[in-house]
Amino acid sequence: MSTGIVSMEERNRLNNDEAALIVMSGPDALENHAFADWFRQLQFDGWESFRDLPMPARTDEAWRFASVKALDISGYTHPQSVPEAAADELRARSVGIAEVSGRMIFANDHLLQREVLSDDLRQAGVIFEPIEKAITEHAEIFREHFMTQDVVLGSQKFAALHKAWVKSGTFLYIPRNLEVRLPIEVFHWLHGSGTSTFPHTLIIAGENSKVTLIDHFESADPGAPGFSCGVNDLFLEQGAQLTYVNVQNWSREVLALQINSTVVGRDASAISMNLNLGASYARTESVSRLVGEGGRSDMLAVSVAERDQEFDQRTLQDHQRPNTASDLLYKNSLDDKARTIFAGLIRVEPNAHKTDAYQKVRNLLLSDEAEANSMPGLEILADEVRCTHGATSGQIDEEELFYMLSRGLTKQVAQKLIVFGFLNEVIGRIGNAAVEERLATLLRAKFSASV
Amino acid sequence: MSETATLNIDRSVGDFSYPEQHKFDAGTGLTRDTVNYISDVKSDPDWVRDFRLKALDVFESKPLPTHWASRDLEAIHFDKIRYYLSSGQRSSTSWDDVPDDVKRTFERLGIPEQERRFLAGVEAQFDSEAVYSNIKKAVGEQGVIFVGSTEGLKEHPEIFRKWFGKVIPTGDNKFSALNSAVFSGGSFIYVPPGVKVKHPLQAYFRINAENFGQFERTLIIADEGSELMYMEGCTAPKFNTATLHSAVVELVAMPGAKIQYVTVQNWSSNVFNLVTKRGLAHEEAEIKWIDCNIGSRLTMKYPGVVMKGRKARGEVLSIALAGDGQHQDTGAKMIHAADETTSNIISKSISVGKGRATYRGLVHVPKHLKNCKNNTECDALLINSSSRTDTYPAITVRGTGNAVQHEASVSQVSAEQIFYMMQRGLTEGQAMSLSVNGFVNDLVRQFPMEYSVELKRLIDLEMEGSVG
Repeated sequence: MSTGIVSMEERNRLNNDEAALIVMSGPDALENHAFADWFRQLQFDGWESFRDLPMPARTDEAWRFASVKALDISGYTHPQSVPEAAADELRARSVGIAEVSGRMIFANDHLLQREVLSDDLRQAGVIFEPIEKAITEHAEIFREHFMTQDVVLGSQKFAALHKAWVKSGTFLYIPRNLEVRLPIEVFHWLHGSGTSTFPHTLIIAGENSKVTLIDHFESADPGAPGFSCGVNDLFLEQGAQLTYVNVQNWSREVLALQINSTVVGRDASAISMNLNLGASYARTESVSRLVGEGGRSDMLAVSVAERDQEFDQRTLQDHQRPNTASDLLYKNSLDDKARTIFAGLIRVEPNAHKTDAYQKVRNLLLSDEAEANSMPGLEILADEVRCTHGATSGQIDEEELFYMLSRGLTKQVAQKLIVFGFLNEVIGRIGNAAVEERLATLLRAKFSASV
Repeated sequence: MSETATLNIDRSVGDFSYPEQHKFDAGTGLTRDTVNYISDVKSDPDWVRDFRLKALDVFESKPLPTHWASRDLEAIHFDKIRYYLSSGQRSSTSWDDVPDDVKRTFERLGIPEQERRFLAGVEAQFDSEAVYSNIKKAVGEQGVIFVGSTEGLKEHPEIFRKWFGKVIPTGDNKFSALNSAVFSGGSFIYVPPGVKVKHPLQAYFRINAENFGQFERTLIIADEGSELMYMEGCTAPKFNTATLHSAVVELVAMPGAKIQYVTVQNWSSNVFNLVTKRGLAHEEAEIKWIDCNIGSRLTMKYPGVVMKGRKARGEVLSIALAGDGQHQDTGAKMIHAADETTSNIISKSISVGKGRATYRGLVHVPKHLKNCKNNTECDALLINSSSRTDTYPAITVRGTGNAVQHEASVSQVSAEQIFYMMQRGLTEGQAMSLSVNGFVNDLVRQFPMEYSVELKRLIDLEMEGSVG
């Protein structure tokens, strides 16, 4: 598979341009970051952890089945601000759903545009700012939440790298009892060849608040290699309802790592959805921590893997308190030589009685070369629980196909309809028609591109 | 449930030991000298000695698999274990030749007289040598070879050598390497083409010396179209320091052959039971592992079937009961290596007190295969609030035309159910026992009759003796 690495000549050129290199330049490049001292200290700490931690090896249980050799990140450049003409083009291309409460557009970790479009958001107390602003203007609450959750699914080294190099991203705080009616939309563009990006999303949903946010990850040039190392942290306070959608639509030459954490408080309810379309190798680690009684987390994912794409998804449903519920549904369709890996764990901590946890992964194999790996796991240390998981791998039902062919559809169209229906079931669980329609459109676009 | 059921399994039920005299003793610890000593005592052919010495190197070069397995493995002190011990007896051919104390051991195990007659033959291993071997005359006349592994490798080298170490290579894992270096005892069985062995062949073994590891090696070959059922059961007396049991069992089912291998494992709760079991199924052959784990401190055992021929079939039916201080780390491996192969795994575990039951599974369907099917079901029952259960399957499927499904669930004995039964006059222990037996019943029903009776008795013993 393609690793999305720049050529040797290009790398040699970059080696001479020290400030441009991530791994080679070390903390010197951090001197250029104009952040508050406390934040800069965090970044130096992140750099040191990154340097000290070992690279993942295939023998690590957390990286079982993964193509760890794809993780060569030594050749990517630091994200640089994009020229104004390109910025205009990217602003114009940032088309999502029709009606939103607010929007931010980033390119190479630089803010291009911020819009607050609805009264909901304008109401007193909502903070919707790029991170660099939150660091200075909302230091206390930002600091209290920024990268405080342990990374436990294997990417500790990359989380440290993210901490060292994060420059911008979304900070969203919804005060108590406020319902933001329309979704908030954020675009993260990767511009240029061999560029890295460290997108960050931090959402704090206050008591009994309600909000939906979509992150779009897109490449300006559909053929450009790049490296994305993203972190998103979601915090739901008591009774909060948060829907978070992550649309990974990088170029096919991008190496992407995404570390997701959701902390669900008492009686709060989170829905998180990952849509995997782009990248050559994309690994997503998603942890839901149920830390308050009555909390619920729905974890959803749809991956359309084709050609030599590899989607590696690791999850943890961590039930720390009694009476909590989680429900995971991941679906993959695999064509050509694509590979998918799913490793999920339901963990019920001692005394987290009356846990109700469900986990299901379904793989639809469309070619003889595609490979699906599933590792659904359970660790139950409490009783009075209801925990179930299932994993299936199969192909298109011949009878279903035959029926559609007998109705006059071509085999190709019939297959696409079946696969679309298979995947769209997951999207239908988001519970927001506009968001669902947007995701379905992106799905269809990937299918029509593959004709 | 935590208030109603406080179970303390009475382990003393299986505690008994008799003084033994050992003619040969390799001392403790494992070096090249130990291995050479074993080879000398057993008068091994040169190829076996070389095989053992190479295996020792492999064993020493491999780390403990603690990156995924329990760190409890670190409690094994390899240098304090006796790797070979023998009463020096040749295999007996009649019941009269069996020493009295061994007979007493069997009686305490509760093998009824009529059952002995019913069974085709009893291959009993006392410590590391087969001491008793009673093969029903008819089985011998059918051309079936049923001997100890040492005898097998010496007297039937043309069959033995062809398959020995082929299904489970020495380097498969650290403990298969250990077994390959120091193995003694175990069975060698060959069933000629077309022969259907009507009665199960059976082996009981016991560990009966402190700090004494048992490393039996079993190789079973069922030739074309033949059928065989083999049964293995064991219990061990309780000792103060941990003992190690590390067996290797290889099955070969030639085209159209059927092998059923049944185990009831009831080692005492200080035994590390680290066993490698795998079968190779050729075209249209069928291998079925029936595996019950009730005893031991830590069991790690994942019986496997490599389906090498078209339409081969593999099956694992597994029951694990993990009481206080026990970790039953069991599972299954299914390797589909030919078209139209099918496999089925059904695993049921019960965790009691601080017991921990783990299911680990591997299902592998590599590319360019058609119409392979796997079905896996894992159900776990938790009895107390401090009980633990884990499920770690790994499933790899390539290509279209194959169907693989895995399902697992975790539940507990319903308090209402227990309450209802107690209202009807059952004691709490009886009610619990009935519930647990109900949980495993659909699986136990598929077992051979003799074993389902014995298993039910074992569960009753474990559950009833424990609720106040």
